[in-house]
Amino acid sequence: MTTLLEMRDITKEFPGVKALDRVNLSVEKGEIHAICGENGAGKSTLMKVLSGVYPAGSYDGEIYYDGALAEFRSLSDSEARGIVIIHQELALVPQLSIAENIFLGNERATGGVMQWQETFRRTEELLAKVGLRDAPGTMVDSIGVGKQQLVEIAKALSKDVKLLILDEPTAALQENDSRKLLDLMLELKAQGVTCIIISHKLGEVRYVADTVTVIRDGSTVSRLDAREGLEEDHIVRDMVGRDMTHRFPDRTRRAGEVVMEVEGWNVWHPEHAGRQVIQDISFHVRAGEVVGIAGLMGSGRTELAMSIFGQSWGRNISGQVKLHGKPVDVSRVDRAIDAGLAYVTEDRKSLGLVLDESIRFNTTLANLEQVSSRGVLSEGAETEVAERYRRALGTRTPSVMQKVENLSGGNQQKVVLAKWLFAGPEVLILDEPTRGIDVGAKYEIYSIINDLSAEGKGVVMISSEMPELLGMCDRIYVMNEGAFVGELTAAEASQERIMSLIVTE
Amino acid sequence: MQSSETAAAETEPSRLKTYLKTHMREYGLLFALIAIMAFFQIVTGGTLMRPVNITNLFLQNSYIIIMALGMLIVIVSGNIDLSVGSVMGFVGAFAAVMIVQWHMPVWLTFLASIVMGAAIGAAQGYWVAYWKIPSFIVTLAGMLVFRGASLLLLEGQSVGPFPRDFQLLSTGFVPDILPRDVTSGLAAMVGSHNFNILAMSVGLIAAVVVIWLGLRARARDKAYGMESEPSNFFWARNVIVLGAMLFLTYKLATFRGLPNVLVTMGVLIVIYAFITQNTVIGRRIYALGGNAKAAKLSGIKTERLTFLAFVNMGVLAALAGLIFAARLNTATPKAGFGLELDVIAAVFIGGASMSGGSGKIVGAVVGAFIMGVMNNGMSIMGIGIDYQQMIKGLVLLAAVVFDVYNKQKQG
Repeated sequence: MTTLLEMRDITKEFPGVKALDRVNLSVEKGEIHAICGENGAGKSTLMKVLSGVYPAGSYDGEIYYDGALAEFRSLSDSEARGIVIIHQELALVPQLSIAENIFLGNERATGGVMQWQETFRRTEELLAKVGLRDAPGTMVDSIGVGKQQLVEIAKALSKDVKLLILDEPTAALQENDSRKLLDLMLELKAQGVTCIIISHKLGEVRYVADTVTVIRDGSTVSRLDAREGLEEDHIVRDMVGRDMTHRFPDRTRRAGEVVMEVEGWNVWHPEHAGRQVIQDISFHVRAGEVVGIAGLMGSGRTELAMSIFGQSWGRNISGQVKLHGKPVDVSRVDRAIDAGLAYVTEDRKSLGLVLDESIRFNTTLANLEQVSSRGVLSEGAETEVAERYRRALGTRTPSVMQKVENLSGGNQQKVVLAKWLFAGPEVLILDEPTRGIDVGAKYEIYSIINDLSAEGKGVVMISSEMPELLGMCDRIYVMNEGAFVGELTAAEASQERIMSLIVTE
Repeated sequence: MQSSETAAAETEPSRLKTYLKTHMREYGLLFALIAIMAFFQIVTGGTLMRPVNITNLFLQNSYIIIMALGMLIVIVSGNIDLSVGSVMGFVGAFAAVMIVQWHMPVWLTFLASIVMGAAIGAAQGYWVAYWKIPSFIVTLAGMLVFRGASLLLLEGQSVGPFPRDFQLLSTGFVPDILPRDVTSGLAAMVGSHNFNILAMSVGLIAAVVVIWLGLRARARDKAYGMESEPSNFFWARNVIVLGAMLFLTYKLATFRGLPNVLVTMGVLIVIYAFITQNTVIGRRIYALGGNAKAAKLSGIKTERLTFLAFVNMGVLAALAGLIFAARLNTATPKAGFGLELDVIAAVFIGGASMSGGSGKIVGAVVGAFIMGVMNNGMSIMGIGIDYQQMIKGLVLLAAVVFDVYNKQKQG
């Protein structure tokens, strides 16, 4: 066996964050190599380094590919050497045909004129290789996600791929489509293509992988030979088994009466008819309680939260939301707010803030009635409110007239929180409240959450960071593929238990 | 990531510089208008600022400015309205038919026209707001429909003239508070036929109000410890603005006084400036244009707001149509053709952003005046319509390039 790829001591820093810290990865020719790790462990960053999205020079360390030092400056550099990456979100143009997509940017043409016969003939060959029997002229948006995934692979094959990287290829696939895809990988392996697969699903990993590399917090934790049999427990421990590096402020837990109940909540995808995203979920939150929702990316956590908050996501929503035992109307955002709900979005820049406006503007936005009389705003009242929350939350800014786009992530998050605190909710749903902010600011956000629960508000906390959930929550619901697969009390919960509830599904 | 510490450590001159840099747009616009007026005053040998021409300037541009108020709101909300020229022409035609052919009273015609404008705005806003059809397409369709509707309504003919009381809407002047023989002494003193006390008093009162509001805002900013305009900037700007106001009202006073249209326009400008800057609905429109998704998730009824922006635009286009028809004393099938482009240009010259969320009423008004003064000045100079169009086009491009350049430098 010869080594096809060796990444040595790869370190990649972003302003304020070390995304990769001396990662090592070694892939043999002709094997299927799995990379496992939690969300944010650095898997995608590593693949971006490899494929030249982060060009040579922007990271430390060396990449040896096919026996020589490789310095890729762009995606096309690495593609020219036979490295093709297929991302989680498919990069196909839905309005073009399969054939057009496969040869996009690599068109079979003479003097700029498309050679359709050649294109279609080659497409048929490629489709046969991936086991797809659709006509080359079929529009991509008329075939399912599973087939689209195969088209992506056919596209990769059209480029004489030597190393194929699949980033969570089965995340959006049904059971049998997943199996087909995995079988195709084994077939490609037999034809001599080397594969890297990034996956959370340990069953899949065991099915296809020859070798597994586990990454955690931007470092390589272990490299396991899967041919001798894999212990799932071992991988899970390696994935999550970090020290509790984050500290959490102390809190006296005193859960009161039930504030919010959600019963029999079902949601369908707004675009893909017939795809049920949330399946019969019921849960409750007590006053003064912090309830966590754990789950991997794509498990439907955000969709659940947004569909409850004014039906901001999904369609054919059914189920009931009760506050203090009485059913409430949450069919529109303003009604949900009036009922006493608040939702702090995971994507504060595009969904939470008007970036071009001031802290003051954003703070009062969800409750302008409070700072106006008969429709006329009082600047004085607005400034007072903005100042009050600036002090209460410790937002660091020269003035409340500062544009929020000039603030750091942590301070932006405080502005979003200020907006929702000023709206006076009884239950706050916090979606990834500490994403992309530094450790110090995280501690401050945790303290704010604790203060809220001490005031008797119910808090629902969605997070991909398990230590955060374990450190903050009284109860944790575990979510997978649109359904709750378990409920753990703070005492019962551990990273291993949560992970195994998810992966054994 | 700029922090307060660095701001505090800055020296006074560099603070002025950063202030100027971040507010380049506002000052630039004001100076551009002054420079353009000065330029044409010189090259036209003083004709631009003659009392009769100043009065004409207001009359000629009133309907553009009135529509620019509505257009600013539409553009801030993240949309565009290409139909306003046609809607304006159509409503003028509708009013002409009502008065001249159906012999309806003026007040009823006025009311019906405004309702018609609102209905047209609602019809277009409905598709934009609730069906999410791009406003560009909906209003492009509207433009064609109402061009055709004007032709149909007028049967290809011009319809007029209007009764005297309808014409007053745009050609009338507010009567002076004092009889002519009392003011004749004053008129003789300044060497003109006439001196309108009312016009001059309104100018003076407006000047005092502007200063008072400015000082009050400064005091409030100071009380909350917020960054405000450096005081020398504040006074320099106010001296220029007040000087211009007094100068213009003086010119008006020595002609025939305050045109009715100027009063209508002035009142509307004040109302819309207030709505956009000081009311809940105004705030929500900026939030909608700045980040529609965030606005929606903050409980703002974004669809209804978009709908209302178009209804409002329709009402203002109708009002503009009445004024335009009254001014020409006839409704022609071609009235308003291409005017939407002047209105949109005025709003963009005035600093509004194509992507929505920013722009001010005052900016749009100054933008409209810049266009108006250029039209007027170039016409006096005898420059052909060919060059006029080209020059106006380049000025629009230059204004927006200046904006983008400024933003990039700041970012």
